[in-house]
Amino acid sequence: MSVDKETVAKIAHLARISVSDERLAPMTDELNNILKWIEQLDEVATDGVPPMTSAVETKLRWRDDEVTDGNKAADVLANAPVSEYGFYAVPKVIE
Amino acid sequence: MNSPSDKNMGIIKGATGDWEMVIGLEVHAQVTSKAKLFSGASTEFGGEPNNHVSLVDAAMPGMLPVINAECIRQAVRTGQALGARINKLSVFDRKNYFYADLPQGYQISQFTQPIVGEGVITLDLEDGTTKEVRIERLHLEQDAGKSMHDQHPSMTFVDLNRSGVALMEIVSMPDMRTAAEAGAYVRKLRTILRYIGSCDGNMDQGSMRADVNVSVRRPGGELGTRTETKNVNSVRFIMQVIEYEARRQVDVLEDGGTIRQETRLWDTAKNVTRPMRSKEEAHDYRYFPDPDLLPLELSDELIAEALASLPELPDAKKERFTAELGLSAYNAGVLVAEKESADYFEALLTALADATGKSAGDLAKKAANWVISDLFGHLNKAGKGAQDSPVSPPQGAELLALVEDGTISGRTAKDVFEIMFESGRGAGEIVEEKGLKQVSDSGEIEAIIDEVIAANPGQLAQYRAGKDKLLGFFVGQVMKATGGKANPGLVNKLLKPKLDG
Repeated sequence: MSVDKETVAKIAHLARISVSDERLAPMTDELNNILKWIEQLDEVATDGVPPMTSAVETKLRWRDDEVTDGNKAADVLANAPVSEYGFYAVPKVIE
Repeated sequence: MNSPSDKNMGIIKGATGDWEMVIGLEVHAQVTSKAKLFSGASTEFGGEPNNHVSLVDAAMPGMLPVINAECIRQAVRTGQALGARINKLSVFDRKNYFYADLPQGYQISQFTQPIVGEGVITLDLEDGTTKEVRIERLHLEQDAGKSMHDQHPSMTFVDLNRSGVALMEIVSMPDMRTAAEAGAYVRKLRTILRYIGSCDGNMDQGSMRADVNVSVRRPGGELGTRTETKNVNSVRFIMQVIEYEARRQVDVLEDGGTIRQETRLWDTAKNVTRPMRSKEEAHDYRYFPDPDLLPLELSDELIAEALASLPELPDAKKERFTAELGLSAYNAGVLVAEKESADYFEALLTALADATGKSAGDLAKKAANWVISDLFGHLNKAGKGAQDSPVSPPQGAELLALVEDGTISGRTAKDVFEIMFESGRGAGEIVEEKGLKQVSDSGEIEAIIDEVIAANPGQLAQYRAGKDKLLGFFVGQVMKATGGKANPGLVNKLLKPKLDG
């Protein structure tokens, strides 16, 4: 598997990462190197092996249905560039 | 033009022939829980902006999701109520997109391995028939925050109180063919969710909303391209979207155009659907398993306990009301549509059976008729549900018992009920105070009959000459003379022999 420049540009746009034109070609090469490296795993026969989801034997942790958090609007908004009346205020987005 | 029967068949008459609509629905139902799906913040509706928000919901760096056991349990119960397959292993994925009310930049959802698989819903249609609609899947996911675009000239305000609240997305197969079927589907789904208590079904507060998938095709032909109208929040709007969208698609196709697979919005002011801003890549969600969450595994005990916790479901209740109590399918359907109505009816029937010593089967039809016409009529006018009735089930039973043992007539019962509904007082007390007891003493009634006959010799002669219809006149006169309190059965029985001489 490999990616071309157009694919890299599209992924960067989807991830809202700004990549300049001169960086596209080297980044494409770097990503293809990573893909090639990971492709070595294809040599291992994995038929009938369930996907490994964690490196340690552990289960998903569950939580009781209790309200234990919240009431901290000031903390939640502390890093917002702009907030008004307790809301985040962002540049107008309208569908 | 569409005739009503064509509408029922889901057929649209186009200029070039008939078209058939194909409809599928994705319903988002908010799980009833105190805390959110992956955080300990409250799910309570409303509240000060951003106050029901934890740092997990605000997607602060380093915050990790921990799943709420109750949300899992409710999703399993809902799956069971839909007769669906419960998947003992399911996986949470990230659905990636950017929007101001989605601080994570992705929604945690389930893509390839949902918690619940295929099931079925039986629709009760208006003509009394039923239809099965297959459920494709049910999965758990996070709700987004709320954006407000009209509070500031250049800013959008974002409130994250809803962010992270648990939703069940329930996806139907494209099995519906009319707007009426889609309406029946949403109503039935809502009824089931409310019976089992996994969602309050409150569409005004956004607890239930639907994405409406519509396409058209030649009857029985190849499926057409569908559009998806997002976030429709009432049964009426869902039906309007379907009618509008199907007609629009037929017009496009008949003009030689093609339907674009796209996402649309329902404009409630203009009653039209319109395309959302077109961004091809917006549909590229790049799902992948959420590395913060291990797969969700369900134990046999949890599944068994969830199943054991289910109440009698509406279909089973309707079947019992018709088979065991002898109610008509229509009346049974009306009573089971809301759990509170069915509970009221059953409590009333039990109290009435106790008060009269008769069997529930003998009393059920009368009780059902009273609940549906008298009680619901008044409740609807007052804008109340059965749970808010000013007349409790035992009070209703007391009233019906008075009719049953002949103390008052059915006509008087209606007047007594009016007073009960206004005042909340008991039936026996009102009957006593106002002297409404029915006269069932045959001696007393015979005396009145004799007076009435003596006072109307002309009518008597006509009756005896063959004008049978005058029997009604005499019944009326006797009732009038007793202030409506004479037992009508007894009056009929005693009057006829006297008139016949």
